Amino acid sequence: MSVIYLLIPLALILAGVALVGFLWAVRKGQFDDLDSPPHRAVFDDED
Amino acid sequence: MTATSESATDVVACDHCGLPVPSALVDTTGSHQFCCHGCRTVYTLLHDAGLDQYYRLRNEFDPDAAHPVGETTDEATSAYAVFDAPAFASRYVEHESDHRAHVDLHLQNVRCAACLWLIERLPRLDRAVIESRLSLRRGVARVTWDPTVSPLSRIARTLDRLGYPARPAKGSAAEHAAARREEERKQWVRIGLAGACAGNTMLLAFALYAGVFDGMEAGFVALFRWLSAAIGGVALFGPGLVFFRGAWAALRSRSANLDLPIALALGVGGVAGLTNTVTGRGDLYFDSLSVLVFLLLVGRYVQYRQQRWADDTVGLLLSLTPVSCRRVRENGATEDIPIEALQPGDTVEVRPGELLPADGEVTYGRSSVEQALLTGEAAAVGVGVGDDVFAGTKNSADTLHIGVTRAGEDTRVGRLMRLVQDGVEHKPAIVQLTDRIAGRFVVAVSTAALLVFAGWWAFGGALGAAVNHTVALLIVACPCALALATPLTLAVACGRAARRDILIKRAAALELLTHGGTLYLDKTGTVTHGHTALVGWFGPAWLRGVVAELEAESTHPVGRALATLFGDTEPNATDRRELHERIERGDGGVEARLDQQPLLVGSPRFLQRHGVTFDAGWLCRITAHESAGRTVVLVSLNGEPVALAALGDRVRDDALRAVRSCRDHGWTPTLLSGDAPRVVRHVAGQLGIDETNATGGVLPEAKLDTIRDTAGPTVMVGDGVNDAAALAAADLGIAVRGGAEASLAAADVYLARDGLAALPELFAVAQRAMRLIRINLAVSLSYNATAVGLAAAGLVTPLLAAVIMPISSAVALAIAVAGHGSFRNNAN
Repeated sequence: MSVIYLLIPLALILAGVALVGFLWAVRKGQFDDLDSPPHRAVFDDED
Repeated sequence: MTATSESATDVVACDHCGLPVPSALVDTTGSHQFCCHGCRTVYTLLHDAGLDQYYRLRNEFDPDAAHPVGETTDEATSAYAVFDAPAFASRYVEHESDHRAHVDLHLQNVRCAACLWLIERLPRLDRAVIESRLSLRRGVARVTWDPTVSPLSRIARTLDRLGYPARPAKGSAAEHAAARREEERKQWVRIGLAGACAGNTMLLAFALYAGVFDGMEAGFVALFRWLSAAIGGVALFGPGLVFFRGAWAALRSRSANLDLPIALALGVGGVAGLTNTVTGRGDLYFDSLSVLVFLLLVGRYVQYRQQRWADDTVGLLLSLTPVSCRRVRENGATEDIPIEALQPGDTVEVRPGELLPADGEVTYGRSSVEQALLTGEAAAVGVGVGDDVFAGTKNSADTLHIGVTRAGEDTRVGRLMRLVQDGVEHKPAIVQLTDRIAGRFVVAVSTAALLVFAGWWAFGGALGAAVNHTVALLIVACPCALALATPLTLAVACGRAARRDILIKRAAALELLTHGGTLYLDKTGTVTHGHTALVGWFGPAWLRGVVAELEAESTHPVGRALATLFGDTEPNATDRRELHERIERGDGGVEARLDQQPLLVGSPRFLQRHGVTFDAGWLCRITAHESAGRTVVLVSLNGEPVALAALGDRVRDDALRAVRSCRDHGWTPTLLSGDAPRVVRHVAGQLGIDETNATGGVLPEAKLDTIRDTAGPTVMVGDGVNDAAALAAADLGIAVRGGAEASLAAADVYLARDGLAALPELFAVAQRAMRLIRINLAVSLSYNATAVGLAAAGLVTPLLAAVIMPISSAVALAIAVAGHGSFRNNAN
């Protein structure tokens, strides 16, 4: 079971990578406009 | 997409804008019907670009509204020439390369998803456009185009033709928007970090809870406890710091807010947890605490999005005055210049239909000016050489030259906008129900904590147990559901209201609506239609056509109104008579001959001066209309009065119901208008408003003072620029449809439907929302009371806390959403 000592930090690092990804998306402005993109997605389908 | 069947109904709807097509323009052979040339142009434009789908989308998203196109007069489009000026480019345009430039354009009339679809397909309409992205919420389109292919003015003209007049969106308004975006991003970062911490501490907590029941190696227990302490510490003192700051601010200002009990729970839980981790004994609550931080931050974000911002109002001046104007040079030639370049001392030319760019004095020409926007006076005012005129008013009759005395922010409208901005920025925060509860909550929880601590220490004996139970109590007493309930309920209420065309920009306003107080109503454009209409006609119908023909060339505002009102009268072939020798008299009327009989059209005074006498019946009619504040026009033939037209501003059909619903909800309706006191009193009488509550002749600045001096809660309902400052200063400003953009920006609520019909609905929405909030608060408080009781009995373990806390938040959410759902069913 001592593999836990390795796996837990690994899991936390993965979580950290996801978090960094999210923060990057926020800084790039992905969350600035939450109203228009849902409509846009629907229209792209119909084109 | 085909025209409405002509045989079934007399009204044919225009294929582009949906407004009725005048009977003379109905094309019985064509498959498409248009009310004007502009609509035909836009339809062809869209059809040729393969964008017919726009009509289908529009029917889906916004079926009821009419979509008139912009007036494609030369005057309207020449205003865009300034978009190509170097001064404009250096101010608003970002050049990425020679073939790529960006500009942010603020578009009017952006309403629904169909607008988004159409505007983002701009590249198909103009091949110079590379990309166009619209933000629905702000109404700002970011257009990327190739300046070598076509100038920006052409793109702006295309947008204008589609019905979206464009203005550059930059300057201080854009700076505010950027600051707000930064703040919003910070909130997202906090939520993300808190969410990641919450998820990971929960995973670790699962292992620890399992270990409690099944046993676990001491080494693992230590590792998991340290890790959850580390992650929990990050959550508390990273994203959770905002609650400590909020609590500190409340303490310093000696007031109470919900941050206070939250910070207490987080602080005590965090310190106790860290101590227990170091000593290796006792309970840890980091999972509950980090979930708490996460949920509370989500609640805070929801609340943040409901607040309203002063930035909408900044740069308003730009939308009230034209982008460019025509300066008259010394040699008499004119040149287009951006309005920013206008200086006092310049002379500008203003053509009919244009807005005045600056305050000044008329130096040449006679015309009439519509000041309704600025002063609330419904009737246009005649002006001549030497008269003072103001920026933002509309020249309606003839070309004028104006010597500029004040330009830009120094104009009357500019100063008014500064008042609006001040009003919005310094609007007192509405003390919400939750804030009022928070104070008592803190006292109750602290008292309970002290009692429990003393009780366990005195009777339980051990100090350790007393500390543990007190910590557990403070954590489960954290008003998470309480903090979530109000913003969630308000958010859902705003969403539902938006579907009924009631746009609520500041959700806290809903609570205020249930308090009652003084409700000020503007007259012109709010309780009345805001334009001159025929309120009474006495005489043979065929005379209407004669009057229209006679007044067609008139420059007098009343004459022009008559020509428009009677313009669509069907000429009757049998009664066709010849008009000739038309002379416009300067003293209030027109003289002509109708088949050799002398015909007079004008004011009662004008007719009297020309020898017409009125018997008692006519005099009675005249005084009845005049005392109601209407303009009376008489027609006489052969020296005998034959017809009477009463012109006035009609009260909206739904105004009476709106006024009644105000009273039902505890508000005292009061008329506050810039129009003549006599007219205002008459309208008040029609609406059943007491005469003492109807004030006329109020200047915009005085409206503001009236509102500020009123004791108790105030609501202002209005539409014009003259109301904007009052809308901003009132505790709650409500703008009605058709109003000036300034009033929309200044208001907290916008009724996006014609008339006042939405006002009673707004009251209903507010009442329902407040009832749900009260139910939700009661449920949350009883949850807290139960949890405190359990904790006092020493029954709360970290596991129990971790289970009951999210359940309480879920209940708050369910009540917020489901409660409104049943409201919709009841209403329909």
